[in-house]
Amino acid sequence: MAKVKGAVVVDMDTCKGCNLCVVACPTQTLALHRNVNGKGYHYSYMENPDACIGCSNCALVCPDSCITVYKAKIA
Amino acid sequence: MAEVAENIQNIIKPENLVYQKSPVLTDKVMHYCPGCSHGVVHKIIAEVIDEMGIQEDTIGVSPVGCSVFAYNYIDIDWHEAAHGRAPAVATGVKRVFPNKFVFSYQGDGDLAAIGTAETMHAVNRGENIVMVFINNAIYGMTGGQMAPTTMVGQVTATTPYGRDVDLNGYPLKITELIAQLPGAAYVTRQSVQTAAAVKKTKKAIRKAFEIQANKKGTAFVEVVATCNSGWKISPVDSNEWMEEHMFPFYPLGDLKDGEKEDPEALKMNV
Ligand SMILES: Cc1ncc(C[n+]2csc(CCOP(=O)(O)OP(=O)(O)O)c2C)c(N)n1
Ligand code: SF4
Ligand code: SF4
Repeated sequence: MAKVKGAVVVDMDTCKGCNLCVVACPTQTLALHRNVNGKGYHYSYMENPDACIGCSNCALVCPDSCITVYKAKIA
Repeated sequence: MAEVAENIQNIIKPENLVYQKSPVLTDKVMHYCPGCSHGVVHKIIAEVIDEMGIQEDTIGVSPVGCSVFAYNYIDIDWHEAAHGRAPAVATGVKRVFPNKFVFSYQGDGDLAAIGTAETMHAVNRGENIVMVFINNAIYGMTGGQMAPTTMVGQVTATTPYGRDVDLNGYPLKITELIAQLPGAAYVTRQSVQTAAAVKKTKKAIRKAFEIQANKKGTAFVEVVATCNSGWKISPVDSNEWMEEHMFPFYPLGDLKDGEKEDPEALKMNV
């Protein structure tokens, strides 16, 4: 059976580490990185990339439009 | 790990794209605090403008407040207004350019305090404009003072012991007042703290612009929002605080859905 699999790309330079995407994600894919970006924010990243289903919840709640979402059917 | 990375690279391809930043937003990094609702609402407005194909035909009127720089972020024509006067400026812009889409974007300090007169009269005239109202229950830009919309008991810079009705009056439900005015066509209250709420607000803003196209009267969209810096709690806790304390007092949903009153029906018999 084909499985739907997602992936997100977070713009780590514009992310302000607000954590709203982490909380919005139904699959606990995201977390704030222990490193900080140029502005000093702990940026969001895919901590569990296998879990992403490409639902776009994270991107919809992101105030800074930092998240791009991809989704594909994997055989 | 290497296998996972390879799988991800197979997914991150243009043909698999399902969501990206709206092309109607500029590349400027927003000055808003991390987690501020203003950014979410800007994005929604940009997406609606893009989907309706009206980027060249939309004029925004930005307020005084944290969103004073909205014109830096949504790539359309803009007019800046003095504090509270956005509905008056939008009235003028719309009357000069009746075929353009005109909207005001205002905080609660702007719309429901210093600009109360402009707000009420613009809606009462049934101006064919969209008004987007960001109610974060505080003056964000100036450092978190009490707004008319501040909750009873809410601690702000000017109510250090919490808002006291005897001293500070009641929180103002200006949207309920607006829904009574004959010039209002569509009055709704929404929020943006979850993906589902964002989708609903987007529908509401789209509907508001369509009402303007059909010249039905004023379309007013309140967004119950957060100001985590002013409230002095994290963005995530702010959303919870808003749900717990603001939603019971500012219930979400449509307050009016129709069109402005027919002036013929109100004419005196002479
Ligand atoms: C005529 C005038 N009076 C007062 C001010 C100071 N002032 C700037 S922003 C603001 C309130 C902003 O609050 P709100 O509209 O709720 O917007 P927010 O910053 O919370 O988004 C005030 C009182 C001003 N700039 N001009
Ligand atoms: S697309 Fe959905 S599943 Fe994937 S990270 Fe975002 S919220 Fe989580
Ligand atoms: S002060 Fe409040 S309203 Fe202003 S940008 Fe910060 S969080 Fe947003």
